[in-house]
Amino acid sequence: MDKEKLNISEEKEKKKKEMILFLSSSEEKEHFLSKGNRKLLTDPLDDNNPITVQVLGICSALAITVQLEPAVVMAIAVVAVMAFSNMIVSMLRNMIPSRIRIIVQLVVVASLVALVDQVLKAYAYDVSKQLSVFIGLIITNCIVMGRLEAFALGNGVYKSFLDGVGNAAGYGLILIIVAFFRELLGSGKLFGFEVLGHKGVTDAESTGLYALGYVDNGLMLLSPMALIVVGLLIWVQRARNRKLIEEN
Amino acid sequence: MEEKSVNKTNSNGYTFIFAIVMVLVVAVVLSFTATSLQPIQRENVRQEKMQSILATIGIETDRAGAEALYDKHITEEVALMYDGSVAEDVDAFTVDLAKEIKREDNEQIFPLYVADVEGEKYYIVPLRGNGLWNAIFGYISLKDDVNTIKGATFDHLGETPGLGAEITKQWFKESFADEKIFDESGNLVGVSVVKGDIDPSDKDDNQVDAISGATITGDGVSDMISNRLQYYLPYFEQQKDIKVAIQ
Repeated sequence: MDKEKLNISEEKEKKKKEMILFLSSSEEKEHFLSKGNRKLLTDPLDDNNPITVQVLGICSALAITVQLEPAVVMAIAVVAVMAFSNMIVSMLRNMIPSRIRIIVQLVVVASLVALVDQVLKAYAYDVSKQLSVFIGLIITNCIVMGRLEAFALGNGVYKSFLDGVGNAAGYGLILIIVAFFRELLGSGKLFGFEVLGHKGVTDAESTGLYALGYVDNGLMLLSPMALIVVGLLIWVQRARNRKLIEEN
Repeated sequence: MEEKSVNKTNSNGYTFIFAIVMVLVVAVVLSFTATSLQPIQRENVRQEKMQSILATIGIETDRAGAEALYDKHITEEVALMYDGSVAEDVDAFTVDLAKEIKREDNEQIFPLYVADVEGEKYYIVPLRGNGLWNAIFGYISLKDDVNTIKGATFDHLGETPGLGAEITKQWFKESFADEKIFDESGNLVGVSVVKGDIDPSDKDDNQVDAISGATITGDGVSDMISNRLQYYLPYFEQQKDIKVAIQ
């Protein structure tokens, strides 16, 4: 009699557990671009931007934003590296021995970076020469390792992929904005095309704004100016978005 | 169940096997891409070399157009020995200066390119030396008198951006044009990169203006020019009487 009762209660327990499992699994099966997933993509673009809010990855932002082209290539390279390293680490997250997890993360990131470097050397040689040092330095970009530790190790593959793309895009967005202002004001060009007119050797040969007496701001080409532009971006963003202002 | 799997991934054996498998997989993937992309990368490097050789004689081109212009203007590729004689069986273009420079002087091969632009003859000498952090290299072209510089290009492996890396900039390369490599008494001195009191418009003083903050890279450029040019003197003397040309 007692035994039967026990069996029944066990049975009930089992069903309960199955129910919970079913519920949780159905919860995971949310829509591909549900609200939560969209947030993973869009949050790092603004409210949780890795550069302007978390103030990470500044060094490369200083170095490669003199012109738009390398900035765009760097942005694409970081998106590729972060999306796939997040994905791979998330796939392996239950297999990675926790004692060597940082090494595993580093190996994943480093080999992806080596891949990107090889591909650039073959298909975008001039850009790769300009970027060579910085592509290698993606490995040490705090944003990449930070997202692996903070997100990919504890979340599913698809979500980690989105998180990687989102954070890298947030980083790339700032890079491109900074590069836009620096190239435009520093050399009067965008992607190498003269948009403010042509600056001739003599005044008579100049056209566009240069004919009116406009002079390029050489300071824009120096690294410190990137820091100032990033600072201005942080200012603009916080003035617009009150919740980012820290209370003291 | 949960605990079991945690224990499993934490054991020494598992950790070792995981590390070994990971390294193997990564090695295979990386070496496969590296080998399959190598032909395209080599072609890029070859075209860039042609591009920089052409740039020293005033022909600016993109990488795609480099080969056609190179074939048109470069009339001879000469591989020289230490005594100035020509090594017939060596392809000068493929000589790797980085390897040659480590050998004894009399075992080295010295590549030289002879160009023809609208009837003017130019000699182009490849350069290689040491900057502050790593190797610097480039090409320098001499006019037919083997004394006046037509142009120069420089490149580097790891000089500091904004300081040593400025040697690749147009203004620095342009300052070498029309400088002389022999002094008034006919000794080879090359061109020195000098800080301060020099007149950039004086083309007979064997000096160009330095980059502030890049003294060691600048000295590297001076050394590399006089160093490499001296090996070509025997050949140049065979071609013409240099002493006469200087006067």
